[in-house]
Amino acid sequence: MIVFNTHFQKFLLLNWAITYQILSVAIVHAEPYVPNNDSVVLQTLPSSGNSYVQELRQLRNKLLNAPIDLALAVELAQGYLQIGRTLADPRYDGYAQAALQPWWHMVHPPPEVLLLRAILHQRRHDFERALTDLDHVIQIQPYNSQAWLTQSVIHQVRGNYQDAHQSCLPLFRISSALIAITCIANVASLNGNAQKSYLALKKIVQNAAISSQHEKLWGLTILAETATRLGKNLEAEEFFKTALTVDRRDVYLLGAYCDFLLDQGRAEDVQTLLKHATQHDGLLLRLALAEQQLQAPTHEKYVQELKARFAANRLRGEAQHLRDESRFTLLLLHQPQQALELAQQNWHVQREPWDARILLEAALQNGDRSAAQPVLDWLMSVNLEDVQLEKLVEKLL
Amino acid sequence: MKRPVLLILIGILLAIFSEITFAHKASDSYLRFEINDGIIQGRWDIALRDLDYAIGLDGDADGHITWGELRARHQDITNYAFTRLQITGDSAKCTSNLPDHLVDHHTDGAYAVLQFLVTCPETVNIFEIEYSLLFDLDPLHRGLLQVAYNEQIQTGIFSPEQQTIHLNLNKSSPWHEFIQFGREGVWHIWIGYDHILFLLSLLLPSVLLWKAGCWHPQQSFRLALWEVLKIVTAFTLAHSITLSLAVLGFVSLPTRWVESVIAASVLIVALHNLYPVIQTRLWVLTFIFGLVHGLGFASVLIDLGLPGKSLALALAGFNLGVEIGQVVIVSIFIPLAFLVRGSWFYQRFILKFGSLMIAFVALIWLIERSMNLDLVLMVDEWFLTPQSDSKVPGALQ
Repeated sequence: MIVFNTHFQKFLLLNWAITYQILSVAIVHAEPYVPNNDSVVLQTLPSSGNSYVQELRQLRNKLLNAPIDLALAVELAQGYLQIGRTLADPRYDGYAQAALQPWWHMVHPPPEVLLLRAILHQRRHDFERALTDLDHVIQIQPYNSQAWLTQSVIHQVRGNYQDAHQSCLPLFRISSALIAITCIANVASLNGNAQKSYLALKKIVQNAAISSQHEKLWGLTILAETATRLGKNLEAEEFFKTALTVDRRDVYLLGAYCDFLLDQGRAEDVQTLLKHATQHDGLLLRLALAEQQLQAPTHEKYVQELKARFAANRLRGEAQHLRDESRFTLLLLHQPQQALELAQQNWHVQREPWDARILLEAALQNGDRSAAQPVLDWLMSVNLEDVQLEKLVEKLL
Repeated sequence: MKRPVLLILIGILLAIFSEITFAHKASDSYLRFEINDGIIQGRWDIALRDLDYAIGLDGDADGHITWGELRARHQDITNYAFTRLQITGDSAKCTSNLPDHLVDHHTDGAYAVLQFLVTCPETVNIFEIEYSLLFDLDPLHRGLLQVAYNEQIQTGIFSPEQQTIHLNLNKSSPWHEFIQFGREGVWHIWIGYDHILFLLSLLLPSVLLWKAGCWHPQQSFRLALWEVLKIVTAFTLAHSITLSLAVLGFVSLPTRWVESVIAASVLIVALHNLYPVIQTRLWVLTFIFGLVHGLGFASVLIDLGLPGKSLALALAGFNLGVEIGQVVIVSIFIPLAFLVRGSWFYQRFILKFGSLMIAFVALIWLIERSMNLDLVLMVDEWFLTPQSDSKVPGALQ
């Protein structure tokens, strides 16, 4: 009994120590304070346990000694872009831009820099500038498949399917069949040919001779999304799960899968998947939506946290996540009027199925059919097939 | 019997404070000033991640920043931060005392908090802050400024493009507004080289007479002054008209067009000094071009941010400022020019060579502005760009 007691006390002590650490860091202090202990951990750095970040640090030191070494700067910027995407951390976008600083403001920088500049503009949703830079890259390097692909994706996000399709075509000559077909199928699935493109893509993705993991992940994600829109839920589930075996931390894939699960009323699965993915605003939004369905006690805390994050981004004078913010405002803050305004602003910037959906949902909740009209017209004109959107359109008609 | 209860309690505590991992967001610092009875209190929150990236905080390189590690670098943080922040009050440099170091938490992690007092030579009317923290390492960094004064809060955002923010603390008083816009007017004619060169080109021959194909000294100072007066009045009248019309919103022309015509006016007037054709009616030409210069002033005034309430007063102040600036230039230039007007140095070197140089500069402006180029930057680019035209297909990221 006594033995148990000391163990128990140790356990208790440890538990308190952990609680104390978490308390001292996680509570948002209303006032700044002086920590009372030198060993309090204030911040964990991304370099902790990430060898790639450490590699990049060495590269950065090298570049400090030779700031106008183009090859080195491009390598470092590419590295930052890569890790920024993996960790979904926009600070790395800034570091990438800093590496390219000597060339950044040029009207005609070298094509390597143009391409990276385009990708950085695109990440900040500055699509006009991104497209201008990509045009220049393609003029100089007509065989640059990354440039064609990025161009196609931007056109697709903005709902210019004709242009998006055109940008895919050169990929047949200069890239792998899988990439070219995924590119075309992605556009066609939104542009009235969902069934046909789905079957074609399925055939080539399921073919064993697939080269890189990136390409496979991309193909599977497109298949899962197309199946979702076509209402083939079993197949969608299958593709999402296979894609997650390729990379279970891909932020885009996780977001798409969780949206699918939320529509299926499977909030518990979302909770399990995202419990530890609270760093990313978009994923935290899905977690909060799931917890709202489940009436979990932490739900209110997540809502407050999201509110603070959207407010912090607003302070910067930037509005890059209008879609997420509109969804948050409509579904978690229950303010349909503001949500509709955000959705309309967002609709001017991008036109993916979810952009249409959030605007229609907000319009419906406001009982404002005329606000929905531009979206309804657009959906008709591009012939977008999506079971969720069809339900909304029916309600609005 | 009590133990399980305790355990459950701890469990609940852990659950409530189960940490939301900090968000990933772009880098911001928060700079706040509170001004009460002439005492200026500053607070500056800088992310530990950013400080670590800039000067390194993680002493033992274990990926965690502890309070002890942060404390050891307080002096370096003070040096790093305060060499990147300049505060001036009414054009006099203000000083800060050594800051207190604290800690706070924002949505994306822990921040070092510097609290300090700012001392300015006099009671401050115009508060000017120059900020350059982190822009070299992360061009996406933003400094979010907040100044609380007289129960009102003014805000601003520092970026690589905007590193200086002026705040007028006496916004409420129309008289201060008048004075402030007056100062801006003086300032903008002095730093607006195109306006100065235009005026100088017109004034250069005013102390001379064109007779029989060459320049002769003007004998009477009164006649010379009369010539100057006609030109300056024409310029003033013309630009006052268009400045008012543009600011009040009656006239609006594309900036590029206006700036190009301003450059052309400098070019024409300078060339006219070499091959004079107009003798007595130079003021007519001045008047016509003056109309366009007025539109140029207007864009400056509009950029300054116009007060809604006392627009007329601000306009009058700015205009008066421009005139004072002009008068100062004229009253320095004319007596000097009159003194040396008979010399070879004035007639050949100052007039001919000077006009030629002005024409050259104006030509560069004209090309840059009309074609939207940056010639100086292009020369830089030429040196920085390796002249390769590799056609290697870009690798997929």
